[in-house]
Amino acid sequence: MAVATTPLRVLIGKVGLDGHDRGVKLVVRALRDAGVEIIYTGLHHTPEQIVATAIQEDVQAIGLSLHSGAHNSLLPRVLELLKERGAGDVTLFGGGIIPDDDVPRLKAAGVQMWFRPATPMQDIVTFVKGLQIER
Amino acid sequence: MMKERKNRYTSLSGLEIDQVYTSDHLTGWSPEQDLGRPGAFPYTRGIYPTMYRSRLWTMRQFAGFGSADDTNQRFKYLLAQGQTGLSVAFDLPTLMGLDSDDPRARGEVGYCGVAISSLADMERLFDGIPLDQVTTSMTINGPAAVIFAMYLAVAEKRGIPLHHLGGTIQNDILKEYIAQKEWLFPPEPHIALIVDTIAYCAAHVPKWHPISISGYHIREAGSTAVQELAFTLYNGVTYVDAAVKAGLDVDTFAPQLSFFFNVHNDFFEEIAKFRAARRLWAREMERRYHPKNPRSLQLRCHAQTAGCSLTAQQPMNNVVRTTLQALAAVLGGTQSLHTNSMDETLALPTEEAVTLALRTQQIIASESETVNSVDPLGGSYFVESLTNRLEEEARDYFRRLDGMGGMVKAIESGFPQREILDASQRYQHEIEQQERHIVGVTDHMEPERRSIPILKIGPEVEQEQVARLSDLRKSRDPFKMAGSLEELQAMAACHQSLMPALMEAVKAKATLGEICAALKEVYGTYHEPVVL
Repeated sequence: MAVATTPLRVLIGKVGLDGHDRGVKLVVRALRDAGVEIIYTGLHHTPEQIVATAIQEDVQAIGLSLHSGAHNSLLPRVLELLKERGAGDVTLFGGGIIPDDDVPRLKAAGVQMWFRPATPMQDIVTFVKGLQIER
Repeated sequence: MMKERKNRYTSLSGLEIDQVYTSDHLTGWSPEQDLGRPGAFPYTRGIYPTMYRSRLWTMRQFAGFGSADDTNQRFKYLLAQGQTGLSVAFDLPTLMGLDSDDPRARGEVGYCGVAISSLADMERLFDGIPLDQVTTSMTINGPAAVIFAMYLAVAEKRGIPLHHLGGTIQNDILKEYIAQKEWLFPPEPHIALIVDTIAYCAAHVPKWHPISISGYHIREAGSTAVQELAFTLYNGVTYVDAAVKAGLDVDTFAPQLSFFFNVHNDFFEEIAKFRAARRLWAREMERRYHPKNPRSLQLRCHAQTAGCSLTAQQPMNNVVRTTLQALAAVLGGTQSLHTNSMDETLALPTEEAVTLALRTQQIIASESETVNSVDPLGGSYFVESLTNRLEEEARDYFRRLDGMGGMVKAIESGFPQREILDASQRYQHEIEQQERHIVGVTDHMEPERRSIPILKIGPEVEQEQVARLSDLRKSRDPFKMAGSLEELQAMAACHQSLMPALMEAVKAKATLGEICAALKEVYGTYHEPVVL
């Protein structure tokens, strides 16, 4: 039997100082077209701002875009802050240019999925829609 | 007729391409009016009569990573390999006007470029490099005036007269609001600060290019070639307008303006873009400002191969892409060129990769014999027709932007941002529909990722920078430093020229972050209209 679900709410954002938002904006458009409710932060957000917005907006997942090389410090910081604020159940995923070796390390730290450049948009949509089914 | 492989052939920017081009495509086109001679109006064929027969383009590889000392070593290596100009890449905190010890800089110091927070860092960056013998390009925008003041202060300390210095600061804030998104202040004071640097260079540093009006980042953000051309040249007109309104004679500064274009995959479209850019600029400058010096009409440019065309899959293929793009820039008549290294989609380039990228330019220059005749594609039905199309379509954008009340108003309404985002979405759609192909990504894939060595930046770069800044703050005269910032704020508040006060502040050991924070108190900060 189908269970009535509230629409999936996802925060999509840019963390750190990099201004590359070509990819993330296309992701936002694709997810919205797929019926996902998106809160987009805009650029240059700190981990503190990301987590505060996520809690205020009561999102189920956070997707962060990052191409600056600062992923190894910024993403673990987001996870740490989520736990501190009692929001450890929020799924963190992301995408952007990072070295191959860093993907397993981020996953071990608690980043659920990392999308690399040239990922078909449908893969991202399928992943995010899948989060709804899991709940 | 043989059936064609596709129903419709289009350029990378979506321009319809016919089966064959003939004189029918050039009705109304006049070789005298529209082509001219190289070095003569409207400069379609190049800004110099003899072009590469007299002087090759400047081979200028963008470099910067880690600490000032790391980058200084790379500069010396590149000069030893035959590079003819320097080009500095700064890290993100520096680009945003933040010191390396700012909490917002954590994890980013030295990653995407070199970390420069003080005059002392700048001195180490150029240690042992004769500033009166090389030209230096610095990719810095929001805090450009501050970084420029540091460079001038280094020269002054070494006793080099400012009028011997040659180089470029990017200093183009409009394309930051449109595409690259590293800004400090709102448009009005930012443009005034840019005009200030233009006026200062005209008076004191005459060989310096105070601005590099950039389409590169607009293209990387997903624009078409037409949009890159239109928005960049319209930005150029916006700066010239501001400088003329501030009372500068167009001929005192226009010869020092420079441009910076992307060179993407569509070989002929890119060549046509360079040619259309020169013609459109010459015509618009003539029509709007009637300069007396012909050099005020000439569009000088730097080009960089398209970073967004590189793929992480089969990275060695990037060498081939870059070669084709570099050849297009040369056939387009660029004045300087950066060729991307094959590993730049993964990280900053290793020494081996950047050497190969430089060798690519050297092979084009020395072995391909493409440099012998000026504008060798001039008169080609196809290339002339494309050049006309690009100029016409860019003019359409000019009319729309004029109608909106200019570029600042257009940016505030999100117009160029939305046009670029729509174009990038169309391109993404074409890739996913298999209408466009990328070797190694959509076609000819390999199951295993080929890995190549990449450059890693360690956390010690940040730790050392933080320690150096702590020492600097202890070693300086706090009253002198604070006084220099107060003086700067007073000058900014009453719209006086800031360059002398900026030089005093950097010499009093005020840091980049402190100076930018002081100016933000006067100018305010920029809040982006989010376009989705």
